[in-house]
Amino acid sequence: MTNIHDERHFELTVNGERRQVVDGYPGESLLTVLRDRLGLTGAKGACEEGECGSCSVLLDGNLVCSCLVLAASATQSSVVTIEGLGGSTDVQTAFVECGAIQCGFCTPGLIMAATNLLERSTEPQTDEIREALAGNLCRCTGYGRIVEAVQTVVVQRSQGAS
Amino acid sequence: MCVPVAHPQSIEQLTALLRDEPKTVLLAGGTDLMVALNHGSQRIGPDELVVSLKEVPELSIIEVDHVQRLLRIGAGVNWDELLGAPVDTLAPCLTQAARTVGSHQIRTAGTIGGNIATASPAGDGVCALVALGAVAVLTSPEGQRRVAVEDVATGPKRSVLANDEFIESIEMPIVDGWQGYSKIGTRNAMVISVAGVAVVLSADSNSCRIALGSVGPTVMLADNASTFAGDSIDWTNKEISADSLERISELVRQVASPIDDHRSTATYRSHSVGVLARRLIERGLQEMRNSI
Repeated sequence: MTNIHDERHFELTVNGERRQVVDGYPGESLLTVLRDRLGLTGAKGACEEGECGSCSVLLDGNLVCSCLVLAASATQSSVVTIEGLGGSTDVQTAFVECGAIQCGFCTPGLIMAATNLLERSTEPQTDEIREALAGNLCRCTGYGRIVEAVQTVVVQRSQGAS
Repeated sequence: MCVPVAHPQSIEQLTALLRDEPKTVLLAGGTDLMVALNHGSQRIGPDELVVSLKEVPELSIIEVDHVQRLLRIGAGVNWDELLGAPVDTLAPCLTQAARTVGSHQIRTAGTIGGNIATASPAGDGVCALVALGAVAVLTSPEGQRRVAVEDVATGPKRSVLANDEFIESIEMPIVDGWQGYSKIGTRNAMVISVAGVAVVLSADSNSCRIALGSVGPTVMLADNASTFAGDSIDWTNKEISADSLERISELVRQVASPIDDHRSTATYRSHSVGVLARRLIERGLQEMRNSI
């Protein structure tokens, strides 16, 4: 039987919780629903065309731009946003300690991308890190310290920290 | 007002929906549709049903038919899945094209079927598929038909797909020889191609197929250049003369009919595809010589 969901009233699983979405509009993106309806403003909205990566979230463990996900199509998926990471993962701590943040706008997306990379690859080389973060634009740092933060986590984890 | 999203669970259910619903909008990876919706250049009307293709298992297949030497890829397979086995060894130019698409975020969302259906002349995957001689399997309530990938798009954002029709899979021969995809963009990542070329050198049939992207209203097969290349390559020694390479460049430039736009100029695009085709063939022959 084909499942047909009402796009105005549906449920999403976000950070492990079932969340009700009411009064959605046709074609509404996951980003808009997260920010404007569920109050999860960690994912940022900028280009809304998948160029900047500031809205990156995990959808069933895959890194996606939430602006490119039709919210009502994600009812069967598990969404994890920056809020779902807590606030003191090793990736987050490394970003702070390496000075990989300035204005902070791109940071949630970059943290999600870095977290996802380190799940896929335990010892990424610099090129692999840069390729994995290519979809997350940062206009402040010049990326050097961001790459350094990811490398720091790689070293920490290889030394047994988690 | 109820604005539903349908999640068909099989090809049968999908086909039934397309037969019964008067107005449908197909949603694959969303990397084109959602941009249009976010920017307001497209809207979902109150009488339109969004049909998500994600839960149709038949669209996610990657099958290898060793007897017929055929690779069959479901239309819903995403770029990230094209980066790995078995596509990376059986259709390496498609893997190379996949790696140039967007970012990791885009590659986990965008699909090969969507790349064909969206009918952009800059489609990286389409260019590789055309060089491979791939065929799109189109399904509708009336049945199935097979269309060469280069014939699916009829112009920018226009295709032969009927309203009740979808791309089910793409079939391509497993070619013994060499293949490669090269692309020029304004930077090294996250870029729509200014010019793209895919070349497949078949040692099975001593023939060559050269496909060109971003130099016309659709991705095109450079027929004359392909035939000339196939005829002028010394297939025994895997060599070609400098004059023949120059002639291939010239034939490629002749068939290109690019436009000036915000990404590049027509002159630069024509020049680029000529250079890329020549370099790919040189590189391919060299690698074939090295592996003898």
